[in-house]
Amino acid sequence: MSDVNDKLRVIPTDKPPTGACKVVGSFEPNLAIIPEHDLCPGCGEPVAIRQMLESIEDLGHTTNAIGVVGIGCYTAFTSLMDVDLIQALHGRAPSVATGAKRMRPGNLVFTLQGDGDMVNEGLQEVIHTAARGESVTCVLLNNGVFGETGGQMTSTTVLGQRTKNSLDGRDAETHGYPILIADLISRLQGAAYVARGSVHDAKNVHKTRRLLDRAFESQMKGQGFSFVEILTMCPTGWFIPTADGPDFLNDELAAIHKIGELKRDGILVDS
Amino acid sequence: MTRKLMEGSEAIAEACVAAGCRFFSGYPMTPFTELLEHMARRLPEEGGTCINSESELEAIGHAWGAAATGYRAATGSTGQGLSLMQESMSEITRAEIPIVIFNIARGQGDYFQATRGGGHGDYRHIVLAPATVNEAVEITQLAFHLADKWRHPVVIYGDYLLGHTAEAVDVSAVDFGTLPDKDWAVDGRLGGTGKSKNINPIGMDKGTKGIEPARFWRALLEKEKKIAVEEPRFEVEGADDADYLIVTFGTLGRFAHTAVKNLREQGYKVGIFRPVTLWPFPKDALIEAAKGKKHVAVLEQNAGQMIDDVQLSLLGSVPITGIGGMSTDPSGFGVGPILDSDLIAARAKDAFEGKDVDAGVIE
Repeated sequence: MSDVNDKLRVIPTDKPPTGACKVVGSFEPNLAIIPEHDLCPGCGEPVAIRQMLESIEDLGHTTNAIGVVGIGCYTAFTSLMDVDLIQALHGRAPSVATGAKRMRPGNLVFTLQGDGDMVNEGLQEVIHTAARGESVTCVLLNNGVFGETGGQMTSTTVLGQRTKNSLDGRDAETHGYPILIADLISRLQGAAYVARGSVHDAKNVHKTRRLLDRAFESQMKGQGFSFVEILTMCPTGWFIPTADGPDFLNDELAAIHKIGELKRDGILVDS
Repeated sequence: MTRKLMEGSEAIAEACVAAGCRFFSGYPMTPFTELLEHMARRLPEEGGTCINSESELEAIGHAWGAAATGYRAATGSTGQGLSLMQESMSEITRAEIPIVIFNIARGQGDYFQATRGGGHGDYRHIVLAPATVNEAVEITQLAFHLADKWRHPVVIYGDYLLGHTAEAVDVSAVDFGTLPDKDWAVDGRLGGTGKSKNINPIGMDKGTKGIEPARFWRALLEKEKKIAVEEPRFEVEGADDADYLIVTFGTLGRFAHTAVKNLREQGYKVGIFRPVTLWPFPKDALIEAAKGKKHVAVLEQNAGQMIDDVQLSLLGSVPITGIGGMSTDPSGFGVGPILDSDLIAARAKDAFEGKDVDAGVIE
């Protein structure tokens, strides 16, 4: 039987199968201590975190990474991710990452935050960290709601979206407009790489992985601040059937928070 | 030994450097600003980093990240800025991050903030209150040692006078003994081994789901108990033969010394007790110093805060009167009329003679 950690993901054809079924490859990321999680079915966060862990590993930073994690559903992964971590307060991860990177400039330093964490509570932190051009990568998992507390409106909730505290849908007059955080950050001189990906289908999962690679590479080249926003499904917090999550993301979130690279090598990408 | 005339802020900055502090982050605020300025100048010279943070919230976050990598790090502000830091101070105590936090305050109204804390949940951090610049030089270095020894935040509580008084000081590195290795610090090296680290404030371990709150809290409370036993520091003078005792802290200790001299010349046998650690409060030493006294006067530049700890220590065994009060100049920086040894002596005398002492506002 092949090594379960082997990356081989095709059925071997050089010898006959030994049984009715067999393990031909593991889909567990190597940097997950426990390859299972307790988040809701249909959640996009585990998919996004997996891309991040695989990027760290494939770029050769397994023994060189320091992550700073905010507070949200994804915080449940701190005991599962096999990289050095610092647990920050809600919204404060970019500052903690700044301190860590300043003292250990050779390390790959990243944050993992949600939209409530980064864009509501800690907007000032991420903006200043980007403006200073700190050599850290902030990874935002944006599902447009407070998932952990059960689906309330955040600063990135799109107009018209129903949440537990915007029951008739977010309307601009009452609740204001959503913040397009990647767009905002891309305009700051200290930001070298800014991109928005998504995990609602296989194509975008694959693309997101590439965005993460580029962000981490940008950091290690010392280009300045790098930022990857990943749109993730939250069918629980969106109050829709689990299987409708990807379509809802594509039709609602991604219609406003547009997927694509916004800035590379410190230069804005023409849209 | 070479002594050099320095104002308190510069001396404290030099003491930080001597202690091996290589990271500082802060936001300007009077009277803390000069400490930030000195750190911004000195740390790059020593290969360190000083960040001019955009808020106190960020300043303590920066120090948090730097200290988590194992380097000695500090931040600071005035009491107002420390108000903003309280959420982090509570968390870093539980996450066991050894940061030194300076409160170069506007007077002594932050005693409760320093010793009780304004953050959420159960926590206690060490608080040191120097009376002079010379003492601050030693205490600053001690603070970094204690922070590393216990993996615990340490607050240094000073004020305008401490930061701006010039004294001749010798800022040589003080050796407080060996410390354990910082094998808890993050450097990324154990990634992928199943033993990677997670520095967090709730006792979360890698490779297990959920937490064991009882185990986490027991360890934290045991540590805080040990600190409370091992680390109380204080100055006591002339208490043995005295009938009366003045209890005071920080800058007021200086003025109290002159006041006690005056009182003794007038025939009042007065001793002085000054906690250097506000937490842990040197309770046993105070009980000893107050033994057999007719009266204890508590001198502090606030409406009566440390007096609670004095009362909790002495538990009604001796009459206790507050002789301090709210006292500031119009600038609000805490350089108030109470900073006058004759006034202090007069108020102490009133207290010792059983007269009423107005403990509200001193103009």
